[in-house]
Amino acid sequence: MSTAQNLLNAKALAETRQAKFAARNRVNKIALTLSLAAMVFGVFWLIWILWETLRLGIGGLALATFTEMTPPPNEAGGIANAIFGSFVMVALATFVGTPIGIMAGIYLAEYNPKGWLASVTRFVNDILLSAPSIVIGLFVYAVVVAYFKTFSGLAGALALALIVIPVVIRTTENMLQLVPPGLREAAYALGAPKWKVILSITLRAARAGVVTGVLLAVARIAGETAPLLFTALNNQFWTSDVSQPMASLPVTIFKFAMSPYENWQQLAWAGVFLITVAVLALNILARVLTRNKH
Amino acid sequence: MSINSLEDAPLSSLPERPVSSTFPAAAATYDLAADRGRTAASPPPAKAPRSGPMADRLFGWAAKGAALLTLAMLIGILVSLVAGAWPAIAKYGLGFLTSSVWDPVQNEYGGLVMIYGTLATSIIALVIAVPVSFGIALFLTELSPNWLKRPLGTAIELLAAVPSIVYGMWGLLVFGPILSTWVQQPLQKLLAGVPYLGALVSGPPVGIGILSAGIILAIMIIPFIASVMRDVFEVTPPLLKESAYGLGSTTWEVVSKVVLPYTKAGVIGGIMLGLGRALGETMAVTFVIGNMNQLNSLSVFEAANSITSALANEFAEAGAGLHQAALMYLGLVLFFITFVVLSLSKMLLAKMKKSEGTKS
Repeated sequence: MSTAQNLLNAKALAETRQAKFAARNRVNKIALTLSLAAMVFGVFWLIWILWETLRLGIGGLALATFTEMTPPPNEAGGIANAIFGSFVMVALATFVGTPIGIMAGIYLAEYNPKGWLASVTRFVNDILLSAPSIVIGLFVYAVVVAYFKTFSGLAGALALALIVIPVVIRTTENMLQLVPPGLREAAYALGAPKWKVILSITLRAARAGVVTGVLLAVARIAGETAPLLFTALNNQFWTSDVSQPMASLPVTIFKFAMSPYENWQQLAWAGVFLITVAVLALNILARVLTRNKH
Repeated sequence: MSINSLEDAPLSSLPERPVSSTFPAAAATYDLAADRGRTAASPPPAKAPRSGPMADRLFGWAAKGAALLTLAMLIGILVSLVAGAWPAIAKYGLGFLTSSVWDPVQNEYGGLVMIYGTLATSIIALVIAVPVSFGIALFLTELSPNWLKRPLGTAIELLAAVPSIVYGMWGLLVFGPILSTWVQQPLQKLLAGVPYLGALVSGPPVGIGILSAGIILAIMIIPFIASVMRDVFEVTPPLLKESAYGLGSTTWEVVSKVVLPYTKAGVIGGIMLGLGRALGETMAVTFVIGNMNQLNSLSVFEAANSITSALANEFAEAGAGLHQAALMYLGLVLFFITFVVLSLSKMLLAKMKKSEGTKS
């Protein structure tokens, strides 16, 4: 009698265990399916956005896009001045921002990396890295545009440079930290002064990484619109005078895309296509560079 | 100092060191020991004996100057915003934050509508982005076959690299109309008579407004949150996970009961980082939020305005004076909010890093 009871109990126990196990497995399956769905969801947007940009962008592309100035509504034209303006401002900003970023990165990695100045700079830099870019535009407006009483390409370039600096500082510091201390010690043992050790040993060893950082910074500012809106403003005509308002690709896209005119919208799509291709190409190039090195 | 003096007679330089006047001999032997110990064990001297110290000092100053410049940038931003906003701060004080009047014609300003727009769109973005990012991080760390990890990770990171103006234009011209016909109109029909929920989806279903801005923001911040989550999930010690698997846990149980508690601080830090991005995002929001400076109802279909889009649309045209100062005030509020959020994020991620050092 009691053995039969035990058997029955054991059977019931086994059954509840089985049921619990099945339930746990079910929860697991549901969670993993949802995770897969999330992944698909993420990649889906990327593909959709790229596809629309390609489809509508190539449609708006023509030779005139690269050779003619921005047109009035409902007239043929191109975005040559905007492309040129973007190019000038991005180049200037990179030229100004890169040395400062690299020097500050060197300070963080090579001089007193644990001191208060380094800790505070690192913290501030991380904040600036994600700070709203439109606030940078406000800052440059208050300091430069309000002072000179005119919007200018120079102010736009300065705003972009302020965005370059944190990106370059971050990557330079990280890359310098990866350089093995043995290299530095060997150079010091040969009697090299510190500046020479840094410039021709550590910085050279970290070259690929630093270049990657600069490329990523260029990719970032090439698409930045917000800080240019009230620093460089816009210009309908070709100008290489950086003390004048200057057209840029993102601002032109913004203006044209929000307009109701068919031809403006088409040019905006062409511009978006150019920017997307440039930015993605820079990003992929940066990735290839670092992958080969490490 | 010449090269020879160092190479030939290192000991001869010892007596020149400052020595204690009471026990000169003892001090000298102490110094000798310290000097020997130093050359054997600690890193090379910072001062290089070979070249003129001038070049070294200049380089050091330049590096320090660049670091100080970064600090100066933050202080400069704060000072210039406060200075620019001063007329508005002096006139409205903190009441600016709770007043919803924005009337350039009457020269009367309050920031509530924009602050509400910024917060509402960011919250919608987080509600969508957090679970999706968690799913993506889970997939990339636990489920994905190895050969797929890299391309998928890259794809998600590229999503972060796409400039915001591309999202904005795509959102306005492609996504908005689709959202309007396939989501907003059916939702409105479905919830027409329902109290509260019905009010939430009232208003013109045109595909422009708080909901669209929130969704676009969500797509934009998913890569940031997902890649932080993936990185912190990967630092969970394999031993912990393997122990849980060894006890018979399912993958989901390992993630939810071992990985997630272990990486809690990092996960919240990642979410904060995404929130900081969403709050400060300008172009994508400006395209799709509709730019209306009124708060008619709490419906998520309603066109509204955010701090960033108000700045983008009005600042270049605002004349010097109260209008510009009010916009600067908005910028200051935005900078303050993002500063707090990003600081929190940074501190949580640093905490995560520290615990990683001690526990594993």
